[in-house]
Amino acid sequence: MKIGVFICHCGSNIAGTVDVAKVAEEVGKLPDVAYSTDTMYACSEPGQEGIIQAIKDHNLDGVVVASCTPRMHEPTFRRTVERAGLNRYMFEMANIREHVSWIGKDKESNTQKAVDLASIAVAKLTQDRPLIAKKFGVNKRVMVIGGGVAGIQAALDCADGGLEVVLVEKTATIGGKMAKLDKTFPTVDCSSCILGPKMVDVAQHPNITLYANAEVDSVKGYVGNFEVAVKKKATYVDWTACTGCGLCTEKCPSKKATDYFNEKIATTTAISIAFPQAIPKKASIDPEYCIKITKDKCGVCEKLCPTKAIRYDMQDETVIEPVGAIIAATGYDLFDYTRYGEYGGGRYPDVITSLQYERILSASGPMAGHIKRPSDGKEPKNVVFVQCVGSRDKSVDRPYCSGFCCMYTAKQAIQTKDHLPDSQTYVFYMDIRAPGKMYDEFTRRAMEEYGARYIRGRVAMIYPKGDKYIVRGADTLAGTQVEVEADLVVLAVGAEAAKGASNLAEKLRISYDKYGFYMESHVKLRPVETNTAGVFLAGSCQGPKDIPSSVAQGSAAASKVLGLFSKDELESDPQVASVDIKRCVGCGKCIETCPFGAIEETDFRGEPKANVIETVCQGCGVCTSTCPQGAIQLQHFTDNQILAEVNALCQQPLVTSFE
Amino acid sequence: MHTINLTESFDGDFVRKIECESEQNVSLCYQCGNCTAGCPYTFAYDIPVSQVMRLLQAGQKRTLLSCKSLWLCATCESCTTRCPNNIDVARIMDVLRHEARRQGYGSERSVKVFWDTFLDSVKRHGRVFEMGLAVEYIARTGRFWTDLELGPAMLSKGKLAFKPHSIQGQAEVEKIFERFQQQKEQCA
Repeated sequence: MKIGVFICHCGSNIAGTVDVAKVAEEVGKLPDVAYSTDTMYACSEPGQEGIIQAIKDHNLDGVVVASCTPRMHEPTFRRTVERAGLNRYMFEMANIREHVSWIGKDKESNTQKAVDLASIAVAKLTQDRPLIAKKFGVNKRVMVIGGGVAGIQAALDCADGGLEVVLVEKTATIGGKMAKLDKTFPTVDCSSCILGPKMVDVAQHPNITLYANAEVDSVKGYVGNFEVAVKKKATYVDWTACTGCGLCTEKCPSKKATDYFNEKIATTTAISIAFPQAIPKKASIDPEYCIKITKDKCGVCEKLCPTKAIRYDMQDETVIEPVGAIIAATGYDLFDYTRYGEYGGGRYPDVITSLQYERILSASGPMAGHIKRPSDGKEPKNVVFVQCVGSRDKSVDRPYCSGFCCMYTAKQAIQTKDHLPDSQTYVFYMDIRAPGKMYDEFTRRAMEEYGARYIRGRVAMIYPKGDKYIVRGADTLAGTQVEVEADLVVLAVGAEAAKGASNLAEKLRISYDKYGFYMESHVKLRPVETNTAGVFLAGSCQGPKDIPSSVAQGSAAASKVLGLFSKDELESDPQVASVDIKRCVGCGKCIETCPFGAIEETDFRGEPKANVIETVCQGCGVCTSTCPQGAIQLQHFTDNQILAEVNALCQQPLVTSFE
Repeated sequence: MHTINLTESFDGDFVRKIECESEQNVSLCYQCGNCTAGCPYTFAYDIPVSQVMRLLQAGQKRTLLSCKSLWLCATCESCTTRCPNNIDVARIMDVLRHEARRQGYGSERSVKVFWDTFLDSVKRHGRVFEMGLAVEYIARTGRFWTDLELGPAMLSKGKLAFKPHSIQGQAEVEKIFERFQQQKEQCA
């Protein structure tokens, strides 16, 4: 075999602490090495040309590049050797930067270790065989999970790009958190006025199938060919017949049902439509409060409904949707502020969350846009905002900044003054985090034009005094303790991962961080991709995000899907397990251990044998270490290839003793 | 207000010693002020507790050790309870107080004398000998009229014995003093 070896300087990154010329010389002495040299930047245009030229000049069968981590440039060099006419798997990479030059200063030892690593790569290459990727068809439908603003944007962009979209929303209406907001920063424009048209577009788009009140049950398959089971939860109303006229909601006698849309500051009827602009505008019944369902009495809605849409006996239904890609846009939930006992832990009616305050401010909310205290319906005079409730607080395991609270608090302070000109707002803050276009100017406006009194310090306690609340905090700039008499206290609760996010992540086989936010493939360079091919992220499921960022990510994820679907066929990675049918005894141990369900049992002339479904196999190698016969081998990481590497290392004379 | 030269006046050894003895990392403090907000003694302090933390981060040994707040702290631990970064602020106040004592600072003499007499009494008897404590405290401070009205009431209820009586497990109490001494030496 004729192998070419290229030792990269990486400027001074490697050459600074490794004698690259010596490495090239030493490795050049190995029996299969026909050509060995050092090169300034192997990944650069001239560097790659040098490799291609050497392959042609010396008629090489394979190439080793000793440079940075394969995570960085393995795909680059595989393309290089491919351009020179070799199979892309006749290439090996030795990491002498992250594993050698960056971590050690002793040039002699570094050089020796670099020789070892390059020799190992040469040994492996002698055992490598060309591998050919298989092609498979792509189902050009996409599922978007979550109908908040990020999911809506992703669905619309995909649908406009000509793809068939399935949008799955957990609640009875799309719109997410944004639909609950009264106004949005930094323009103070009406939230439903800008979101509403997009929601209508979703409902009317011929390419979008919307499943509201539905959840993802299970996910099977792989990129290009997923099969998602969607559970449509019973609404007890036939949505094909319901026209959303609302007659049922007017006459329903059960009026104490939990109003989740209004953040529980009001109650609603057992049969309800979340809000006037709801999409789909269909009624659904809360079975917990429906008198007909719980006690078999009433039945008013059934009698009244002009289209006879009521179905008290409706059951959950599961539909299977085949799709080629999935966008997770499941958003966030609010921190449970009742964990702060010092703020009343939920016992004080006039200590509310910021989202509850949005519903109070909203003209379509339960108070019709008049700011009133939940306890006695009086207009508040002093409104105190407390920031960082469940943000930047290690003691409640929320050390991260939720990012948007500073802005919405400033917006709510401005709105308070607009609604109640005689009111006075106070904002307890730790730091103002307003990095965005027109953002800092906005918070300044709350102080300068709307007279919001900003106090830099946390609040230690809130307690009732008469019909008011005493908010005790610190003004760290004045270096003193302060107290404010408040009529209404608004807690700027932070964002946390949506309930059930980790559960869905496991179904999608994507990873999540310790707080439950989904992990992107690369923090900077692959922000909407996941490590599972064909699954993308948009919006706050990846981390707290404001509306502009969520929308941007929705579009970004859609463009990734459109890019993926621009090909009719995808190539599968040939680095997957394969069974030597002569050795397989059909014990089935590999089938049990495979975490991806990629191995099935087949019948070969009456004998049970294992068979790998190549498109499902992720190449983890668990089966190869389980097989008692050595019959199942991971291509490109076979036992022989790994043993060749071990032999190369163990036959080196030990230069330095570490004893 | 005078300008503080941070490069010259930063006393790193002092910060390390306080961190070591208190087993706390003062860099965790991001100055939210929640300790000051919850502190019931802020009204009496010359430096609020959040600024004590700030001055400690800045290594301002002299300002800290001479401040009155250290001696007025009641160790109610509101600061510790409220701290979002789980810093045991009350313990830092405690350690600062020890250090102030060692370095010869005692800006609230009557408080310092009370602590001295209290701990002496505990060390000697394993518990407080109230009568002895009162007599010694009065003798050292001359504050004869302080709490005098409590005397008869305590006497009649048998709370003010004339003779010290020791406790079971005096050895264990002594070990506490030993442990404190050891940690002090470790961090010196």
